[in-house]
Amino acid sequence: MATVSTTFAPSTWERPLNRTLAIYLKEAKYEFLTRLRLRAYSISTISFPLMFYVLFGLVLNPKDAAVGGTTIATYLIPSYATFGVMGASLFGTASGLAAERGLGWLQVKRASPMPPFAYFTAKVALGMMFSTVVVLLLLLLGFVFGGVRIPLLDAAKLVAILVAGSLPFCAMGLAIGYFVGPNSSVATTNLIYLPLSFCSGLWVPIMFLPKLLQQVAHFLPPYHLAQLALSVVGAGQHESNWTHWEALIGFFLLCLGVARLGFQRDEGKMYG
Amino acid sequence: MIAALPETLEHRMKDAGSCGAVIASLHGASKTFGEVQALRQVNFAVRAGELVALLGPNGAGKTTAVKLFLGLAKPSSGTVSVFGGDPIHAEVRTRIGAMLQVAKVPETLRVREHIDLFSSYYPNPLPLAETLAAAGLQEIKDRVFGELSGGQRQRVLFALALCGDPDILFLDEPTVGLDVESRRVLWEEIRKLIARGKTVLLTTHYLEEADALADRVVVINRGEIIAEGTPAEIKASTAGRRIRCVSSLDIETVRSLPGVNDVRRDRDALEIRAASAEPILRELLARDAGLSGVEVTSAGLEEAFLALTLEHNNA
Repeated sequence: MATVSTTFAPSTWERPLNRTLAIYLKEAKYEFLTRLRLRAYSISTISFPLMFYVLFGLVLNPKDAAVGGTTIATYLIPSYATFGVMGASLFGTASGLAAERGLGWLQVKRASPMPPFAYFTAKVALGMMFSTVVVLLLLLLGFVFGGVRIPLLDAAKLVAILVAGSLPFCAMGLAIGYFVGPNSSVATTNLIYLPLSFCSGLWVPIMFLPKLLQQVAHFLPPYHLAQLALSVVGAGQHESNWTHWEALIGFFLLCLGVARLGFQRDEGKMYG
Repeated sequence: MIAALPETLEHRMKDAGSCGAVIASLHGASKTFGEVQALRQVNFAVRAGELVALLGPNGAGKTTAVKLFLGLAKPSSGTVSVFGGDPIHAEVRTRIGAMLQVAKVPETLRVREHIDLFSSYYPNPLPLAETLAAAGLQEIKDRVFGELSGGQRQRVLFALALCGDPDILFLDEPTVGLDVESRRVLWEEIRKLIARGKTVLLTTHYLEEADALADRVVVINRGEIIAEGTPAEIKASTAGRRIRCVSSLDIETVRSLPGVNDVRRDRDALEIRAASAEPILRELLARDAGLSGVEVTSAGLEEAFLALTLEHNNA
């Protein structure tokens, strides 16, 4: 490497800020359109949590059933919303990145003057947008068919928590996308997503899980997001919200670190 | 150097015609991937306004050379320079267009949407209508990528390379896998780029393609440049003939005939490689009355590479 030199003198050229912003927006817009039209993503990401909610929250549940004073129909909104947010975030980032890295498209983009960060931002924005849609639809279902009455301010708080909470899972998806192949990304993501959801109490309320699993759940990021969401409707385990936030932030940073390792590994392959 | 404005470049190009200034070059560039040496000490320059074809068989190092020019790979040793800078920098990249071999492109975006996005990366992109026209995509601009034929897909990738109105375009195997008709359409579009004053480096493993398009052909094999010249020169040195015959002459005698590149025995026949067949046939017939089973075929490109490589190794 010592023999490498360049004739390039760093200069002060920079894209004007408004143009950079325009690229970020366009990148996000087209990422959204790409995925929206990809039914395998858009339909399944949105319909799975809704289907679960309709089945377990509305159809199979006796009207007066409750979990610690909260009706099942209310309790399951934050639960399945967390499940939905996780799915939208993981699949929104991991499979796209794995395929585009593995099959040459990312390289076409990297050869262009696209700011590299715009590419990742678009993927994360996509995960957050679909997360928002899932949460809103669940609230709507609960309101119309489940008799769920959450004050507007609390509903807004719930949406805000869950959308912010999608960030660590977007980062996790990027990390997965960097370390799996284009064909195995969906299977690998499911292998992580589904057990993690179950063990975090997103399908069956956490207090109905075996004691051992309840202990294990404290080490799982979705548990902490679900608890934050549940606390808005006065349910959940009533632990300190700060602990939950700290766990999520720590997990977010960890995933970003892993994704960055993957990025550097790829760049090293390319530029090293 | 990087401060040179596009106007200055155009000005230079007009002055210098097809022999413009060097705008992209590799100096003693080597690239190794693990055990594999993809490029060995390559020196290679592209001048403003010319269309250079990098011709070579699969695995010769063509794509690696393009990746170095695009800043997608860094030379293991040596230097790469595009517009006097390192192509890893966005400001250099705003003057570069690239068409790479890609296995999968997002299939649910429409043609015009793909172009709109890539255009936004560049400071002075072509208007959408102009890009569509230049790549022959007007009719299919609203189709999603996944519905397109192979030829149409290549034209979209071509459009993405030219939409930013770059000064130089790197086209890696632009017509690979295309039928004859689609190939000719794309050739026509590449020629138009040159007519508009652009500089193009394209890689190909079709001699015919290099011949149809290029001002200059650089032949590369096993990571080394083995020949360079106008298409006519390259064709002359590669358009060899293969003569097969049964003769009583011994192999050394045949080898010593003027114009013979190589001789080998294949069962009871001799296989002779030569630049042209007639003088050698005349000699053979004069020396061996019993000559029989004469077959003359033109050497394929693979053999042409072999011939060039042999020449190169003997030199």
